[in-house]
Parts: sequence; structure tokens; C-alpha cells
Amino acid sequence: MNSAMPFEWILAIRFMRQARMQTLLIMAGVALGVSVIVFISALISGLQSNLFRRTLDFQAQIIILPPKEVSRPLHQAGGGVMLATLVQPRAQRLQSVDQWQTVLAQVAKMDGVSVVAPVVSGAGFIVRGEANKAVGLTGIEPETYLQLIALNSKIIAGTANITGTDILVGMDLAKDLGVWTGDKLNLQTASGGTATLSIRGIFDFGNSGLNSRSVYIALRTAQSLLDLSGGVTSVEANLDAPFTAETVAQTIQAQTGLKVDSWIATNAQFFSALEAQSMSNTVIRFFVGLTAALGIASVLVVSVVQKSKAIGILRATGTSRQQILRLFLLQGALTGLMGSLLGALVGWLFLNAWRNIAVNADGTPIFVIDFDPMLFVYAAVGATLVGILAALFPALQAARLDPAVAIRG
Amino acid sequence: MADFNAITLQLKGIRKAYNIGLPAETEVLHGLDLTIARGEFVALIGPSGSGKSTLLNLIGLLDKPTAGELLITGQPTTQLQDRELTLLRAKAIGFVFQFHNLLPEFTALENVMLPLLAARGRPDEAMRLRAAELIEQVGLTNVGKHMSNDLSGGQQQRVAIARALVMQPALVLADEPTGNLDTKAADNVFDLLRRVNEASDTSFLIVTHDPRLAQRCDRIIELVDGRIDSDKANRVSRP
Ligand SMILES: Nc1ncnc2c1ncn2[C@@H]1O[C@H](COP(=O)(O)OP(=O)(O)O)[C@@H](O)[C@H]1O
Ligand SMILES: [Mg+2]
Repeated sequence: MNSAMPFEWILAIRFMRQARMQTLLIMAGVALGVSVIVFISALISGLQSNLFRRTLDFQAQIIILPPKEVSRPLHQAGGGVMLATLVQPRAQRLQSVDQWQTVLAQVAKMDGVSVVAPVVSGAGFIVRGEANKAVGLTGIEPETYLQLIALNSKIIAGTANITGTDILVGMDLAKDLGVWTGDKLNLQTASGGTATLSIRGIFDFGNSGLNSRSVYIALRTAQSLLDLSGGVTSVEANLDAPFTAETVAQTIQAQTGLKVDSWIATNAQFFSALEAQSMSNTVIRFFVGLTAALGIASVLVVSVVQKSKAIGILRATGTSRQQILRLFLLQGALTGLMGSLLGALVGWLFLNAWRNIAVNADGTPIFVIDFDPMLFVYAAVGATLVGILAALFPALQAARLDPAVAIRG
Repeated sequence: MADFNAITLQLKGIRKAYNIGLPAETEVLHGLDLTIARGEFVALIGPSGSGKSTLLNLIGLLDKPTAGELLITGQPTTQLQDRELTLLRAKAIGFVFQFHNLLPEFTALENVMLPLLAARGRPDEAMRLRAAELIEQVGLTNVGKHMSNDLSGGQQQRVAIARALVMQPALVLADEPTGNLDTKAADNVFDLLRRVNEASDTSFLIVTHDPRLAQRCDRIIELVDGRIDSDKANRVSRP
């Protein structure tokens, strides 16, 4: 007997050790449940941060656009007025954000805005020899834009720091055209602009659509190619706190009268998926907890019956009701605690194995797993509480046992 | 030392009924009056079903009488709450049952320590020494470290006696302590009880079916159908 240990602990541990098979089975049950929770939680939070990162790697958190038009005069010739309804969002002729420098300065001054950048985007063709490829071109100022989008980290050759006659192309486009950094390309637009640009960098977004259809050029070059002289098609910004984007977007919209999109609004589906995942995780935790509680309770109910003689003898030799109550609560708590620690360990080993198994051909993981060590603590505390709650009914039963009846057997 | 004639146990009109309020209601003990003095060594005999175990459970404060008063070392007990009953039981009463006296999860020595442990909360060296001393006193010096299941029936009863004595109770209640033993082991266990009694003030109330053993007690009480049929002093012939 360990001198540091109170009476109830000594009894609880001896009882659990003696009923070895019951104890091991119920702990294995709790451990299994906890390992499922650990595994699924890590998987879901990994999935979430992965999706989050993937989205914000390609997209500014706030995009300010010209106001959405219902109709506008398209062309005025002679005395007649021709009205055309604009149905397609992307008109042949691009519209600039009105007084964009003022808007940009205004947004830059707002609290919580970390970076603001002007952007020109439109359509063009890459012409090289016989080949002719349609591309979406984005005109940027690298000083600001590279803080907005994680373009730098996607560069596999050359640099993203472009000037007037440079172009960045995707890996797939470069392969299709058989070009590499330093090679020259001809870029043309529908409005008749044309420029010969040299490839300054090659990027890989991990997405063949983007890799074969996006190109980046300098803002001024894009303005002249797209006939926007001095205009930009959007002003884009990032925030210190990405999840405040929707409220900030609404503030800017109210102040400027421009159309302002937040990444939260444009990815509404993504956010409802996140919510569904969190919800299903909660449901899983609830049912695992309930199952563990029922398991612990049923083992202890049986144990109270099996130990009734011992309980009677303990009561006859001076053990109080409260001590018997604590003895069984403690068995529930210990079962929950040990089971959860074992389960957290198993879950963690399983995660590591998963990391090594679920990999792409190039060795990178298919799922990024995000393991928070605090999960061990939460699991241990949660399972201990579940154990105590589960033990409540059997413990009360044990404490209320009539010792005279128990001893008579 | 207190007065030799001090009263260890007093029963006044003790009744016990089971299944109260049900059609099966039966009164098992019908108003018992009984006094046991300090240091008395008393046999309780009677046919099976006469209420001996029921009486022992009442005296041991494991059960409550339906009527009457029960005093342990002068203290009335029927109005006490469970907590106070537990304390009084721990302090004043030692139990020895017929079977399954010991907790199989513990060694012989640890079984003897249990009442001390329950009373004080944590084990200490003094407890261990006290338990070892009693183990020796009951003649089991070498088996203290054995798990209680590994002991013979006679050895288990000796350990149970040591445990019953560990709190130095005023009264030891033994319900057929030798009922499960062969004649030789029964004799030895009985001798042990007798010796402990002679060396201390502790009173003993021993239920037995064996007339030979009853004859070795100072007093023989016979219970028949829940009433005291006879209560006689017995002259013990000592070797
Ligand atoms: N818990 C109980 N409920 C109902 N009847 C009981 C209970 N315990 C004992 N009895 C009855 O009380 C009577 C006396 O039993 P008991 O005290 O065990 O007798 P003894 O120990 O002398 O053999 C018996 O008829 C028995 O059936
Ligand atoms: Mg009996």
C-alpha cells in the first residue's frame, strides 16, 4: 500500500486491478472512442486550415469593384441614342474603379487593413509561333500585390518581381509553349493592344487550370494593353483579421458606394461546409461520450453487484457511505482518465501512420493534419468527467446498499 | 481502566420485523431484553431461523430494530444517523462472519489494516505495525504478505479475528466463526477467541451450532423463534 494514497484510491485501484478483464475491456472501449475523436478532430481541423489556406492563397480578402450596372449608354452616334442592357458581368470594354487612387488611400487608412493593391484584370492571347493561347491576364504592382497573394511562394523558377516588360506564366503554359524564364512571348488583347514580354518567373499553383491560363504582368502594361489608361478594374485588400472581412466590406461599400466583395461572401459555400464539419464533429463527440458513459456505467453496475459482499464487509468494519460513494466515483473517473490517455496516444500514433500512408505520389500528404496537443488535455478532462457522471448511479447504489443484506448475500 | 462491571451492551424490548407493510410482513425478534457486561464471553445458540444473525446485525448497528432501544457502552443508538452509526461501529464493534470475511484484493496484513485505514484515511507505519502485531497475536506471523485467498479457512478466520480486534473494540460479534472449519481448526480458532478475551476487556458474543464450543463460554443464551428461551451462566472447566 502506497502511503501517499488515500483509502478510497487504494480500494479503487485494487478493485480495478482485480477485475482485470472488465477493466481492460472498458478502458479499451473508452480509448477507442477517444482515439476516434482525436483522429477526426485533427483531420477536420487540418482540412479546414488547408481549405482556408488554399482559398486565401489565391484570393484577396476584400475586392472593391465598380458599381454593378443595370444599364448604361453603350454607344452614342449621331442624334440617335442606343441603349443596351448589360447582362454579362465582363463587358467587352472594361470599366475602371472611379477615382481609384482616392479609394485606395482611404482603404489603406482604415483600421485592421494590412495591405491594399490596385489590380487590372482582363482577357488576352499569348501568341508564339503558330500557337495561340487564351489567357486571363492580371496587371499588378509587385510591391503591394505580392503581400496580398502568396504568389512568391508559388514561384518555381525566376522571380515574381516584375517590371514593365516582364510576364509571369504558369508551369503548364510554359510546358505547352515550350518556353522557360528569359524566353519572350507576345501578348495581345481584343482591343488591339500588343506587347512583347520576357518571362521573368514561372509559378505553380498546384492547379492545372490556373497554371495554364493565368499570367501576371505589370500594372501599367496591363492598363495600356486593355485600353484602360490610368484605370484599374479592382482595388484589393487584406486584413489583419480575415474573419472580419464581411463587416469591413460593408463599411467600405457604405462609404464609397462601390461594389465590395469579401472572401467570406464569395466563399459562402466553403463556410457552410466548415460549419457542417464542425457540427458533425460535435455530434460525433457527443455520441462517443454517451457510448463511453454507458459502457462505464454498465461495468460499474455489474461491479457493485459483484462486490456487494465486499461492500458489506467494508461497511461492517467502519467504512462510511461517503467513502463507498467516492470509491465508485473514483473508479469511473480513473477508467475515463486512463482510457482517454490511452486513446489519445493511440489516436496520435494513428495520425502519424496516416501521415505516412496518405501521401501523394510525390510524397506530400493528401490531407494536412493539424494536431493540437491541447486535445490530449481536453480529452483527459472530458473523459474523466464523463467517467464520474457515468459512475454516479452505480456509486449511489453501492453507498445505499444495506450492509446486513449484502453480508447475508 | 473502567469499572469491570461496566455494561458493554444493553437491549431493551428489541423487535425486528421484515417486509413491513407488505403481505409478507413477519416479526423475527419479539422484544428482547439482554445485557452483556464488559469482558463477558457469551455463546448465542438456537435453531436455524431463530433470529441469531438478525440479532447480531442489530447489535452490530448494520440494521435498525423496529422497536426498542439498543445501547452500546451506554450510548443509545436508535436515534443516530448513518454517519454516527458508522463511527460508533468502527470504534466499538468488531465483526467475524462465517464465510468470505476477507477482501480477496488485499493481503492478510492489509485486510487487518482496513478498519484503521477507513478511520484515518491514509496508511502509515503505525498502522502496519499494529496490524503485524495482531497477525502475530493470532499466530500467523509468516502469512501476512499472502493474498487472503491463498490462506486456508482456519487462517482466514484468524485474520478476520485480527481485523475485528484492530480497533480495540468493546464488543466482538462472531456469527458462526467456526461453522466452516473442521473440528481441529474450529478448536484452535475458538481457543484464540478465548485467549484474546482473557487478555483484554473485550466482550464476545459468539453464535455457534456446536454444543461442545458453547460449553466453553461463560454464559449461554438460547434463542428460539425470536425469543430468549434460556440464559444461563456456565461454569467453564479449564484444563
Ligand atoms: N432480509 C430479510 N428479509 C426477510 N426475512 C428475513 C431477512 N433476513 C432474515 N429473515 C428471516 O428472519 C428469520 C431469522 O433469520 P436469521 O436471523 O438468519 O436466523 P438464524 O441466523 O438464527 O438462522 C428467518 O426466518 C429468515 O428467513
Ligand atoms: Mg444465521
